[in-house]
Amino acid sequence: MSALLSVTDAHVAYGKVEAVRSVSLEVGANQIVTIVGANGAGKTTLLSAIMGILPLKGRVSFAGQDLARLDIEDRVAMGLGLVPEHRELFVTMNVEDNLELGAFRIEKSKAKASMERVYTLFPRLKERRKQLAGTLSGGEQQMLAMGRALMGAPKLLMLDEPSLGLAPIIVADIFRIVTELRASGVSVLLVEQNAQAALKIADQAYVMELGEFVLSGKASDIAANEQVAASYLGFQHEGASVL
Amino acid sequence: MNTTIMLFLLQDGITNGAIYALLGLALVLVFAVTRVILIPQGEFVTYGALTYASLAAGQMPGTAKLALAMGIAAFAFDLFVARQALHARLVVRAFLTNIVLPAIVLAVTLYFAGQKPPVAICIVLSLVIVAMIGLYLYRIAFQPLAHTSVLVLLIASVGVHLALQGLGLLFFGAEGQRGPAVLSTSFTAGALRFTGQSIAVYGITIAFIVGLWLFFGLTLYGKALRATAVNRLGARLAGIRTSLSGQIAFLLASVIGALSGILIVPITTLYYDSGFLIGLKGFVAAIIGGLVSYPLTAVAALFVGIVEAFSSFYASNYKEVIVFMLLIPVLLLRSLAAPAVEEEKD
Repeated sequence: MSALLSVTDAHVAYGKVEAVRSVSLEVGANQIVTIVGANGAGKTTLLSAIMGILPLKGRVSFAGQDLARLDIEDRVAMGLGLVPEHRELFVTMNVEDNLELGAFRIEKSKAKASMERVYTLFPRLKERRKQLAGTLSGGEQQMLAMGRALMGAPKLLMLDEPSLGLAPIIVADIFRIVTELRASGVSVLLVEQNAQAALKIADQAYVMELGEFVLSGKASDIAANEQVAASYLGFQHEGASVL
Repeated sequence: MNTTIMLFLLQDGITNGAIYALLGLALVLVFAVTRVILIPQGEFVTYGALTYASLAAGQMPGTAKLALAMGIAAFAFDLFVARQALHARLVVRAFLTNIVLPAIVLAVTLYFAGQKPPVAICIVLSLVIVAMIGLYLYRIAFQPLAHTSVLVLLIASVGVHLALQGLGLLFFGAEGQRGPAVLSTSFTAGALRFTGQSIAVYGITIAFIVGLWLFFGLTLYGKALRATAVNRLGARLAGIRTSLSGQIAFLLASVIGALSGILIVPITTLYYDSGFLIGLKGFVAAIIGGLVSYPLTAVAALFVGIVEAFSSFYASNYKEVIVFMLLIPVLLLRSLAAPAVEEEKD
C-alpha cells in the first residue's frame, strides 16, 4: 500500500539558511505520525513547506499525486489540511462563520454534515457559535482552528503544536480528539514539543534536530529509546549522550 | 448666512458626501482585501461617467474596445500562468470570461452606440464595461504583484492611474461632458428643491451600502472576502484563493466607481481627469476611517462633502485646499494615538 503523504529528500531554506535538510517521511492511511524535537529544529518549517506556504526542494506527493505545481488552495481541495501554530483564525468573525469558511471548497450539502460532526467533536464550539473567534480562550481557539480545518473534510490533518500554551486538561482533550480522528479515517501528522504525550498516541515517530531527522521508527520504540528520553521526555539517564 | 442657504449647502454637501462615501467604502474594501491603495478609483468614476454620457449622446465609447483589449491581455496572462497544466476546462473558462464576454459587450455597444439608447441601457452598458475593465485590471496589473509589499502595489497603482488617465484623454477628448439625469422628476419641501437626480444619489447610495452589508454578512463569498481581509494565510488554508477575493474586490470597486460617475455626471460637467480629485475625496474619508472602518468612512465622507459645500460657498478658490487639509489633523491625531511601529515587513 502506498503512503497517503510521502516526502522524499526535502530541503527548505530561508534565503541561504537551510532550515530543513534532506528529510524524508511517510504518513499512511489511518495513521498518527508525530515529529518531535526541540524548539527551532525545523518542524514548523517542514509542515509549512508541505502545505505549500514555503518553497520546498525535493518531492512531496499526496494521495499519489505530485504536489510540486499545486498551491496552498489546491492542496486544501485535495484533502490536505494544516492547523498552523498561530491558528490564523478570522478573529473578527464568529465561530460559525469561521467554520463555514473552512468548508469553502466543498459542496454546501456536505458542509452541513461537516458542521454537525465538528460540533459533536467540540461541543464547546457549539455553545460559543455566535461568539467572535478573537474573544475565545486559547483552548477554544485551538479547537476552532482544528474544527475549521476539519470542515474541509481533509484526508490528512497536519497539527502544529496543538498543545502549546494550553492547560493540561485541555491538552488531554485535544489529544483524545486526535485519536478519535484516526478512528474516523483521518490521518494526522502531529508536530509537538510535548513529546511524551505525542508519542503515546502516535503510530510512527520522527525525531528532528537542527533541520534533520536523527531517528525514526515506531512511536513506542522511540518512546522507549533512552537517548530520546534523556533529550525530550525529561528523564535523566546516567551517561546518555546528546543525540 | 440665512437658514435657506445653510440648508442648500447641507443638501449639496450630503449629495456629494454620499458619492464620496461610496468611493471611500470601495477604497477600504480593496485595501483590506488586496493591500492596494486604489488610486485609479477615480478613473473608474470618469470612465463610468463619460461612457454613460457618450452612449447617451449617441457616440461610441472607446472604453468598450479597451475592455476587449485588456481581456485579451488577461487571457494571455491566464494561459501563461497555467502553461504547465493546461486543462481544457480552465482554458474555456478563461476564454469565456476574458474574450467572449467583452466581445459580446463590444458588439452590443456598437449596436446601440449610434441610436441614443434609453437611459437604462446606457447605465447597464457603462457599468458592465467598467466592471470588466476593473476585473481585467486586477488580473493584469495587481494579481502578479499580489505577494509584494504595499509600497510596490502603491507604485503600480500610480502607474495604472496615469495610464488610464492618458487613455481617458484618448477616448473622450479634452472636452467636458454631461449626461442625462437618471431620474428627471423633482419636488420641493419647504425652501429645498429635491431633484430626481439627488434622490437617485441618496437612494442608490443607501441601497448599495445595505447591499454590501448583506453581501458581507450573509453570503459565503462576502464572508470569504472578509476572511481574506482579516487573515490572508488563514483564508488560503481554508481554500479561499487570494486572487478570487481580489477579483471580487476590484469588481465591486469598479462598479461602485462607475456608478458614482453615472450619478455625478448629470450634476457636474466631468472631464477625462476629473475622477482623480473626486476619488481623492473618497480617499480622505477612507483615511479618516483608518482604511479599515466602513461606518467611520461613510460618516467621514458625509463630513467631507459638507465641508466642501461650505468652503465652496465661503472661499470657493480654496475649497480643495480646505478639504484636503482635513487630513492633517486626522493624521496627527492618529499618529499620536497609534503606537510607534517599525517599517512593516512583508
